[in-house]
Amino acid sequence: MSKKALKTITIMASPFLIGWVALFIGTYSVSPLMVLKVIGSEIWPFLKSPDIEEKAIILDIRLPRIILAGLVGVALSGSGVTLQGIFRNPLVDPFILGISAGAALGCSLSVGFFPQLPIQMMAFLFAIIAVILAYSIAKTQGEVSRLPLVLSGVIISAFFTAMVSIVKFLVDPHKLQNIVYWLMGSFSLSDWRLVKIAGIGITTGLLPVFLMRWRLNVLSMGEDEASALGVNTKRERIIFIAGSSLAVSIAVSVSGIIGWVGLMVPHLVRMMTGPDHKSLIPLSMAGGAAFMIFADTVARNLTDFDIPVGIITAVTGAPFFIYLMKKGGEESWGR
Amino acid sequence: MMEIKGLEFHHPHSHDPVLKGISFGVNSGEVTAILGPNGSGKTTLFNCIAGLWRHQKGEIVFQDNNISHLPHEKRAKILAVVPQEHDPPFPYSVLDAVLMGRVSHVGIFATPSKDDYLKAEEAMEAVGIAHLKERAYTRISGGERQLALIARGLAQQPRVMLLDEPTAHLDFRNQIHVLSTIRELTRKENLTTLVTLHDPNLSAMFSNRVILLGQGQIVDEGDPGAVITPENLCQVYDLEVEWIGDNGRRFIYPRLPACH
Repeated sequence: MSKKALKTITIMASPFLIGWVALFIGTYSVSPLMVLKVIGSEIWPFLKSPDIEEKAIILDIRLPRIILAGLVGVALSGSGVTLQGIFRNPLVDPFILGISAGAALGCSLSVGFFPQLPIQMMAFLFAIIAVILAYSIAKTQGEVSRLPLVLSGVIISAFFTAMVSIVKFLVDPHKLQNIVYWLMGSFSLSDWRLVKIAGIGITTGLLPVFLMRWRLNVLSMGEDEASALGVNTKRERIIFIAGSSLAVSIAVSVSGIIGWVGLMVPHLVRMMTGPDHKSLIPLSMAGGAAFMIFADTVARNLTDFDIPVGIITAVTGAPFFIYLMKKGGEESWGR
Repeated sequence: MMEIKGLEFHHPHSHDPVLKGISFGVNSGEVTAILGPNGSGKTTLFNCIAGLWRHQKGEIVFQDNNISHLPHEKRAKILAVVPQEHDPPFPYSVLDAVLMGRVSHVGIFATPSKDDYLKAEEAMEAVGIAHLKERAYTRISGGERQLALIARGLAQQPRVMLLDEPTAHLDFRNQIHVLSTIRELTRKENLTTLVTLHDPNLSAMFSNRVILLGQGQIVDEGDPGAVITPENLCQVYDLEVEWIGDNGRRFIYPRLPACH
């Protein structure tokens, strides 16, 4: 077996292995055998069902949380790698178009002033509004180019972040705590309903991206070259941007803002198996899921509290990046 | 045979014409060179024929079909554009870079088939870079990169090949090597090849026909020996030149201003 094939299999299998191990780690320790029993009895009802308590911990708490973390990892990392290809820049992250600022505003409004509207819905709504605004600001004379799009993303982010500050300033301090906690990113509220929302939304967003992934190679060569090679760049870029924006905003709406994953994982995968998007996209998705499940398992076991996982990713992400830049800058972004 | 008929172009928001009615023909199996100074409209003409810029008047006809307004995915099957060598944002392997030429043949929701890989490898074979296929495109020399871009154009299986100053960043040996390769392929594959060049001597050595461009108009066209003359070049470049040589081989060189 070639070295690349071995790496590919390892990365593709990693979310399942890590997810499996994560099932029996936690404040209430469950043996691997018990996990098998519980899952077995769900599939074959004639098997003797284990304790109600353990069943609830595995099926209602840990399993949805692990699957949700995996899905969010797929969304963040898959979108990150896609937008890096589209914007031809390995340092772009999935929040570049103002998604995180938009989601943050939606969340703060929901917590602060409109408790009757669900956080998820508001976060998603405002994330999408942010992307659409960024896109229409960048649109001049019917054309949307790469650089203006990044710039308008920055503008929208700054504006929405300022709005969030206003909400934070005006809101009652008890509610402020909720906003701040949500903004840190966490899976502590996971349940099967959120898994369903995330599953449907993220699949809808990333399916076209996955199917068209090889074309990202061509699009990453720049607009003129891609057009000359026979790509309808305008149409395809919109599909890629819309698909990844949808996936990211859904991810943000179920788990808050979790940074660095979409930057770190694609980078690591690119260094391991090369820049060809045909393999890079599925491998980044798998790697993102594995990393997210791992980070969340650390987050819920490191202390007696459930630390927001966004803190874990940021604390590992920044040093990781400094290390990368010092050590392998040339290898990793190919100068 | 490709015909350019009465091409006119001005930039949006400007009424100064850049191309003032350009017409000429390009024969298949021949290399036609577009020669002209900076600002003569060479790049504009190139971009219009490549379909990247939209000319306001005139048409581009290939085998009796007007290809001016074809969508990119259809045009790419007829006409391949070979840009100047450049660094891509990611270190793709040379094979992956050449494979991109197949994009107009691969369905939008598909990945390249075995046949696409085969076509890419054949194209690399044809320009003599098959041994580089696993190397990173960012880690090969400028000359090799230009050849890889030509291979990418060939992998498109086009009838027309459009090359933008293929010698621009190359050393002396590579200039000759790349242009020889282009000439050979044009003959072998019966391609209709149009190439922009800066060097009158290289144009004279490697092309079958020369279009001499000055201020958005064709100054002269035809056989290289007839077009690349001291009189024509002096008019277009505003530079005094002389030639040396005999037996049909001539070399143009500029007359330097006297030193004081």
